[in-house]
Amino acid sequence: MLSRLLSHDWPQGGLLRALLVTTAIALLTAPFLGFGATGLNVAAKVLVFILLVASFDLLLGYSGHVSFAHTMFFGVGAYGLALSMKHLGTTVVGMLAGLGGALLVSLVLSVLIGVFSLRVRAIFFAMITLAVAAVFQTFVAQQSWLTGGEDGINFRLPEFLQPSYRLIEGGLLGLDITGRVLSYYLLFVVVLVCFLALLRIVNSPFGRVLQALRENDFRAKAIGYDTLWFRVAASVLSALFATVAGFLLSLWLRYSGPDVSLSFELMVDILLMLVIGGMGTIYGAVLGATLFLLAQSYLRDLLALCFEALEGHAVAVLFDPDRWLFWLGLLFIVSVYTLPMGLVGKLRNKG
Amino acid sequence: MLRLEDVETFIGPYHILHGVSLTLEPGSSLVVLGRNGVGKTTTLRTIMGLWPCGRGRIEFKGRTISGLATEQIAHLGIGYVPENMGIFSSLSVEENMLLAARSLRRSALADSSRLSRIFAAMPALKKFWKTPAGSLSGGQKQMVAVARALIEPRDLLVIDEPTKGLAPAIVESMAQILREIQAEGTALLLVEQNLAFAALLSQRVAVMEGGRVVHQGSMTNLISEQALQDSLLGLAL
Amino acid sequence: MDLSTFITLLISGLAMGMIYFMAASGLTLVFGLMDILNFGHGLFMALGAYVALTVLNAGAGSSDLAGPGLFLWAGLVAMMAGALAGVLFERLLLKPVYGLHLSQILVTVGGLIVGEELIKMVWGSVQQPLTPPAWLEGSVQLGPVLIESFRLWVVAIGLAVFVALSIVLSRTKLGLVIRAGVEDREMIRALGYPIRRVFILVFAAGSALAALGGMLWGLYQQMVVPQIGAQLNVLVFIVIIMGGLGSTKGALVGALALGLVSNFVGFFSPTLAAFANVALMFLVLMWRPDGLYPLKKS
Repeated sequence: MLSRLLSHDWPQGGLLRALLVTTAIALLTAPFLGFGATGLNVAAKVLVFILLVASFDLLLGYSGHVSFAHTMFFGVGAYGLALSMKHLGTTVVGMLAGLGGALLVSLVLSVLIGVFSLRVRAIFFAMITLAVAAVFQTFVAQQSWLTGGEDGINFRLPEFLQPSYRLIEGGLLGLDITGRVLSYYLLFVVVLVCFLALLRIVNSPFGRVLQALRENDFRAKAIGYDTLWFRVAASVLSALFATVAGFLLSLWLRYSGPDVSLSFELMVDILLMLVIGGMGTIYGAVLGATLFLLAQSYLRDLLALCFEALEGHAVAVLFDPDRWLFWLGLLFIVSVYTLPMGLVGKLRNKG
Repeated sequence: MLRLEDVETFIGPYHILHGVSLTLEPGSSLVVLGRNGVGKTTTLRTIMGLWPCGRGRIEFKGRTISGLATEQIAHLGIGYVPENMGIFSSLSVEENMLLAARSLRRSALADSSRLSRIFAAMPALKKFWKTPAGSLSGGQKQMVAVARALIEPRDLLVIDEPTKGLAPAIVESMAQILREIQAEGTALLLVEQNLAFAALLSQRVAVMEGGRVVHQGSMTNLISEQALQDSLLGLAL
Repeated sequence: MDLSTFITLLISGLAMGMIYFMAASGLTLVFGLMDILNFGHGLFMALGAYVALTVLNAGAGSSDLAGPGLFLWAGLVAMMAGALAGVLFERLLLKPVYGLHLSQILVTVGGLIVGEELIKMVWGSVQQPLTPPAWLEGSVQLGPVLIESFRLWVVAIGLAVFVALSIVLSRTKLGLVIRAGVEDREMIRALGYPIRRVFILVFAAGSALAALGGMLWGLYQQMVVPQIGAQLNVLVFIVIIMGGLGSTKGALVGALALGLVSNFVGFFSPTLAAFANVALMFLVLMWRPDGLYPLKKS
């Protein structure tokens, strides 16, 4: 039963399984674990990024395309919710309308991009997506009348998702079930469903064709697969899941802005998470996102310790807590060289 | 001079050469015959280090060259004329020749006696000296490719189908100049489809089939024995 | 629009274009020669800007160091830093991934990130002013128009770079080897040329030019920020896509076109300027899918 749910794509390797199960349980029970608001924040972000990175894995890991425009779809989802909450009223119907609208926009954009990717070489395509993403970010930042410009949009959610809401007076297991907790579990459920869907997709005949195309475009064409259809489909699916992820982030933050969802830095973070976690595995997204977000919050503390210890020496600057990305960047480069399938790949082989 | 011992070459998942062995004495010439696709070009490319030699050994002048980089192999005194001619289309004929004449500067090139000999054999080159090589006809490009290999003395010339697309008169001149070069001590390793041309130049033949050398012997033998020719299928005579 | 505004925009556009050209020329040549696409190229530009900042600040104190000498010195040091960084980048990061395009893209992006963090470590992460030295300020009267001298200088430097590149490429043996190598790497090796050494040289030269471009960009904007590498990356990519990967002439034409278009469109509508860049790129691609001067690979 569990096997079918995971589309028979069991994570292999004892250590890997243990890590994934631990992460899953931690995420499931996060509100009850007493980490406070910050901890819950990290957990929520981990959920969102698992979905976002997994959607990118469909594109990069399974189809073999490098696109720097993935953040666009993330942003579309985020702004979709923000705009619908602002203009359509804070109702569940409004939320669904926002999601629907965002998915539609992403559909159109991803079809265009998917078709375009076939007309130009892969290198060209990567560079062009970089340019397009930059323009999109600038556009959103400049259209203040629509998007709130650089400042973004702050908004309210339907009553039951607002922090002030209380589902059960007196709480459950010692925890106040606030709108915040409900939001968290909404995120959890949606991400879980989407994650399982992605597993289903990559393990289906469709997924296998994608991998065949990634390996050898020419041969696959010769056998008769219509490359265009598959490429566009992969592009679209990947974009739609990313849109959902953006929607969820925006829901959690009750805010949408260009820095949060459209920046180049974010795109690079996604790449980092995927490569370190493991391309072409879907599970890599879980490891990568968790590692990255934990590092973002807690590696800094570790670095701060080293920094203080080395106070006064020139080399201390390497341990500046604000420069944690340096270390992650190094790990990223090392992963590209030595871990073709990231941590998942490494751990898979260990029993 | 040149010795191949059980050379095997793999290109990706494909096993092209299954153990090629041949020898070439200094100053002599050998032509490699065989149908399309048996591995003749792959053999030459492996000698030049353009394809890695998977197994076996290649020796040149007593030195093992299998595993060396192409530029190192070229430096040891081997000139190469590939099947696709390797002409630099955006460069002029003069510039193509300059590149081949590594040690010469533009002025010295113009005065070189070898160049005069090449012009004598292939007058069209002089005519198109400053023209971009890309605008020449196929046959003229072929001439440039061979001329490049001749501009400086080499110990060995490795030539892949030099007469493809050339008019008979030019084939004559090319055979002439190659014979002269050979007489001066340059060894020749040729891949040729045109047996008549090969016969003009080479004393020995090696016939390939299925990635191996299946017959080595003298040219005169091959020419005279019809039965031998028939058994080695698909030779153009 | 009056003539004065037109000429001002024209000169600004040319100046910006020249900066883009300097940054792009190395990248396009490297790609044409060795089929390597360096997504971290922006790093060299950022490095150039920051090194120049240090040199100019160091010299600002003593008055006898001010003037063209200091400027020249800053440029040279920036270029050397760029060349050195380029060599390190190539040896450490790129060498293992020749021929593997996907890995190259990933590794060079990684290099960009790590490099940017290193820059932040050395110079700090906040924006810093980069003021052109006094002798560069001021304007020159050209007919009815008053033009900033700095911009004219940039155009002049850019032209000088282009002319120097053209001379090296068309009249020296090295240039011959490079042009031939861009067309047929195998054959140039079969002729005995150590193409790897040539490549490192070209990569270093390209990074040095990028550093110079970065320095001029910083002076043009009158400030430096660690992210300028990533920002300029996009623009440089647009330039070489339009110009055709591997062509220096294409890089010049593409760069100038981009500079001019952004300036003119920016004048009428600042919001449209960002669009204009990408729109121009798409227009060119629709007309010539491989860029304006694509390489003919044999």
